[in-house]
Amino acid sequence: MANEKASELPEGGMIIEAGSSRKYLTGDWRSKRPECDELKCTNCLICWIYCPDNSIIVKDGKRVAFRLTHCKGCGICANQCPAKAITMKDEVG
Amino acid sequence: MKKIAMNGDQAIALSWKQIEPDVVASYPITPQTIIVETFSEYVADGLVNTEYICAESEHSAMSVCIGASASGARTATATASAGLAFMWEVLYVASGMRLPIVMVVANRALSGPINIHCDHSDAMGARDSGWIQLFGENVQEAYDNSIMSFRVAEHMDVRMPMMTCLDGFIVTHSLERFEPLPDDVVKSFVGPFKYRRSLLDFKNPITMGPFDWTDYYFEHKYQQVEAMKRVTPVVNSVAKEYSKISGRDYQIIEPYKLEDADYAVLAMGSTAGTLKEMVDELRAEGKKVGSIKLRLFRPFPHAELAKMIEGLKGVAIMDRAVSIGAEGPIFPEARSALYEAKERPRLTNYVYGLGGRDIRPEELKYVFNQLIHKEGDTVNYLGVRK
Ligand code: SF4
Ligand code: SF4
Repeated sequence: MANEKASELPEGGMIIEAGSSRKYLTGDWRSKRPECDELKCTNCLICWIYCPDNSIIVKDGKRVAFRLTHCKGCGICANQCPAKAITMKDEVG
Repeated sequence: MKKIAMNGDQAIALSWKQIEPDVVASYPITPQTIIVETFSEYVADGLVNTEYICAESEHSAMSVCIGASASGARTATATASAGLAFMWEVLYVASGMRLPIVMVVANRALSGPINIHCDHSDAMGARDSGWIQLFGENVQEAYDNSIMSFRVAEHMDVRMPMMTCLDGFIVTHSLERFEPLPDDVVKSFVGPFKYRRSLLDFKNPITMGPFDWTDYYFEHKYQQVEAMKRVTPVVNSVAKEYSKISGRDYQIIEPYKLEDADYAVLAMGSTAGTLKEMVDELRAEGKKVGSIKLRLFRPFPHAELAKMIEGLKGVAIMDRAVSIGAEGPIFPEARSALYEAKERPRLTNYVYGLGGRDIRPEELKYVFNQLIHKEGDTVNYLGVRK
């Protein structure tokens, strides 16, 4: 729960700081986590294009990991992957 | 300045011409159409610099106003009846985002049955929307309220949208003599538009209208509650300043011959004018009566009203709207205002004039006489064929 008082907040729900979504950890929402089978992945980067939360980490033109702080587990990457390399696994605990 | 003759709508359009809002977005609807029609002519003739947008509906008109105001533009619009009802969803967006949009409401009944004439149902339907609501009695007041509204809504202690209401047809379409102010006087009274934050200020990027979770929404609503509490002193101080340039005094709630009165009738809008005539006539017959004109409905002046009517023997509240299943909308406010009063007058409610039904002088006299003779039910329907 947030603890700022009404008198301390910018009026009208305005967000007065740019790029604040970085601090908003949408990874908290996730009930399923994407996992990638490295052997199947062709590094086509279609998942990177489709991910709505910028959670496919790419290095030197290669898909390397999921940004789990912001991946909300929507499964779009798993759905779109032409190599069927991504599966959605239940989060435990 | 010399007096001229105009109807209420034309007088509003004239005030906008003098104020020159940055953006006016609207959709025509009777009985406000003359406002936007006249103003669009001013725009077409190059007499004002306003960006005028004729939207495809009232929902869109208010949405355009929201966008314009959020980007730091002085914004005005006008509507009535079904148009206001169609804006309902976005009225809350305007107030929730704390945008100082000024909107003229030419009060008209809501359908159905379909009717285009005056009552206050449209504005009353929006009473909980977080908009300030000010009502005027005649053309002069409609003009004056229009100018003052910009100052109130845009005041840095307030930053809330404001409706300035005038009776459909009775005021919007009646030609009356009134005294406008010179253009430069209005311009300098209103002053340049200031914004706290603007969407177009690229050096200070902001997000307006984001999703507001359970952990913040309540706080933002409470901010509106607190801001509404700051409105009355601002309305008063703006009126005081306005009286210096116009010579016309306005209060949020205005007593007429109340000092030694035993009985009073309260009304909002044009009926408040007829009431004063009736008070004069009844006074001439030796009856100790007075009247009250309510100008500010939101925020409701509970304390001021209680102070004004405490100790009277009887007060009738005239409501040109009805909350079906309850009573007229002003009545419960007045009763609530009196709860803590030591000497409570007998309080009765008269719902009248729905769908533009004329309220005749004899009917108002009848209300006074009912008060004097302790007659009438708690809630009465004046002039209806039962
Ligand atoms: S879409 Fe599939 S194959 Fe392509 S990069 Fe992503 S995981 Fe690899
Ligand atoms: S599950 Fe959704 S949010 Fe997470 S990486 Fe895949 S596409 Fe992005």
